Amino acid sequence: MPLTLRSAVNSVVVLAALLALGACATPKPEGPAPVPPPPTAPTPPPARPLPPAQPPIARGPIPGSVEDFVVSAGDRIYFDFDQYSVRPDGRLVLDLQAAWLNRYPGVQVRIEGNCDERGTREYNLALGARRAESVRAYLVSRGVNASRITTISYGKERPIDSGTNEDAWAKNRNGHTTLVSGAR
Amino acid sequence: MRPGSLFAALILPFALALAVLSGSASPATAAVEVNINQGNVEPLPIAIPPFAGRDQRSQNVGAQLAQVISSNLQRSGFFRPLDPNSFIERNLDVSVQPKFEDWKVINAQALVNGSVTTEADGRLRVDFRIWDVYNGQQLQGLQFLSTPENWRRIAHKISDVVYKRLTGEEGYFDTRIVFVAESGPKTARVKRLAIMDQDGANPSYLTDGSYMVMTPRFSTTDQEITYMALRADSARVYLFNIETARQETIGDFPGVVFAPRFSPDGAKVAFSVDRAGNSDVYLMDLRSRQSTRLTNDPSIDTSPSFSPDGTRIAFNSDRGGSPQLYVMNADGSGARRISPPGSGRYTTPVWSPKGDFIAFTKQTGGQFHIGVMRPDGSDERILTTSYLDEGPTWAPNGRVLMFFRETEGGASRLWTVDISGRNAQLAPYPSAGSDPAWSPLLK
Repeated sequence: MPLTLRSAVNSVVVLAALLALGACATPKPEGPAPVPPPPTAPTPPPARPLPPAQPPIARGPIPGSVEDFVVSAGDRIYFDFDQYSVRPDGRLVLDLQAAWLNRYPGVQVRIEGNCDERGTREYNLALGARRAESVRAYLVSRGVNASRITTISYGKERPIDSGTNEDAWAKNRNGHTTLVSGAR
Repeated sequence: MRPGSLFAALILPFALALAVLSGSASPATAAVEVNINQGNVEPLPIAIPPFAGRDQRSQNVGAQLAQVISSNLQRSGFFRPLDPNSFIERNLDVSVQPKFEDWKVINAQALVNGSVTTEADGRLRVDFRIWDVYNGQQLQGLQFLSTPENWRRIAHKISDVVYKRLTGEEGYFDTRIVFVAESGPKTARVKRLAIMDQDGANPSYLTDGSYMVMTPRFSTTDQEITYMALRADSARVYLFNIETARQETIGDFPGVVFAPRFSPDGAKVAFSVDRAGNSDVYLMDLRSRQSTRLTNDPSIDTSPSFSPDGTRIAFNSDRGGSPQLYVMNADGSGARRISPPGSGRYTTPVWSPKGDFIAFTKQTGGQFHIGVMRPDGSDERILTTSYLDEGPTWAPNGRVLMFFRETEGGASRLWTVDISGRNAQLAPYPSAGSDPAWSPLLK
């Protein structure tokens, strides 16, 4: 069964995990609401014995898992209206995707091209296919074997944001990378 | 629509006998007529009393016939059926001339009356006459014979006769609509293939919703449709026979296969295939299963639609930088743009069954429109405007368009509009739907 991580809930969990690990998480302008920092141990007053050190907690995504892919690379890049060229912010994500995929060569992926609702159904199926191909070609140019990648267009049929404004449309114009097999 | 009705409402064979009623001959020209091509149409006041019957069952059918005919004619925008409570003459006998004075008093210009009889063999016989009230003349007298379960189709056929006699154009009431019934939230929409009569009666699902269906289209010669199915990992075009429920793919092309439409003779399907981000138009011969590539351009080429004579294909391409309408010969040669420059984004060209117009979807200034233009691109008329209007389909008489409209944050609904731009109204389907396709007149 193909594994996908789409829900905003998962993104928040992932971001919280990052913060808990002390990783460098750059807040995105359109990202989810700020997550309160994890509780830290109160600073002990001086001249008292230090409490025993916290044992290291093995937390965070399992390396090679879908969650790991989403956290360390990101599974979606975004496009401008009626465009299919990969933007600079998308290149950063795809570079990370390619590095991750090159680390886990047994993983097969499906690139899904998506469009906003400001176009007609058939045109958007064609546009989504172009976006999926842009992502595919980029990953291949970064060393991912073409035989590991399939593409599909969902046109405007699978929006992730049901809104009817530019923010929602911008989210719905995307290329989504789904790990279909081989992930842990 | 009940899920249990899958395949239940398939088309019944309509063994129909048609006879001309005896009586005064039709005059060559009728004084009572609707000119549906003039600028401002005043709907024709028409009286359609319940058809008479000797027994209760026949009377019930007769009342329902009159209702179905009235609502068909009313929805067309060219007729104003009068309230039966205002009728003075009651219990009309179809074999007797009506009292025209009684109908003039209530300003009826035309009168349609009829009778329902159950024949010895169980068939339903419906006799009806169309009268010109002011000239006191019969315009037409006909008889339909069919099985009782076909009573709605008899009503639609009578509606078609009345429409044609009084407007001069072919009717479109004995037809069906195949469409996509939608349910669920926008981010997890369920899309099922569905079919209904043009007046919303007899709706039924043809697919179970486990995968998305889109863009169904009728064959012009048959009770066959073609549509596209989108699954997580495939986009394929299917043929579906609604009489036998037989379904098959048109072939396992690599890539995304979409935008199917039949040729006018029903022998071929034009469609798009995307390979590596390049969509082109293909044509498949359904007998030989050989396909031909008609466009070969790095741009998006999709939404092919044949001219009714089969010699040309309108399609959508962004080869000029933005989506526009093009027309090419049916062999793929001679493509040229028809949509005007600098005027907006044009998609979904659909050639009228009469050949005189191409309907389309247009985007300008953040709004969507349904419009029509001549096949050479002249005489553009914008008929509708909303947040999202898309996907026109022609009634077989080339007068009425059905399309779907999505309001901001609202469900998608089926709408109709006259090619004059008048009479925009919700289609008689009470739930969410999209991608309508009008059948030809049923046989």
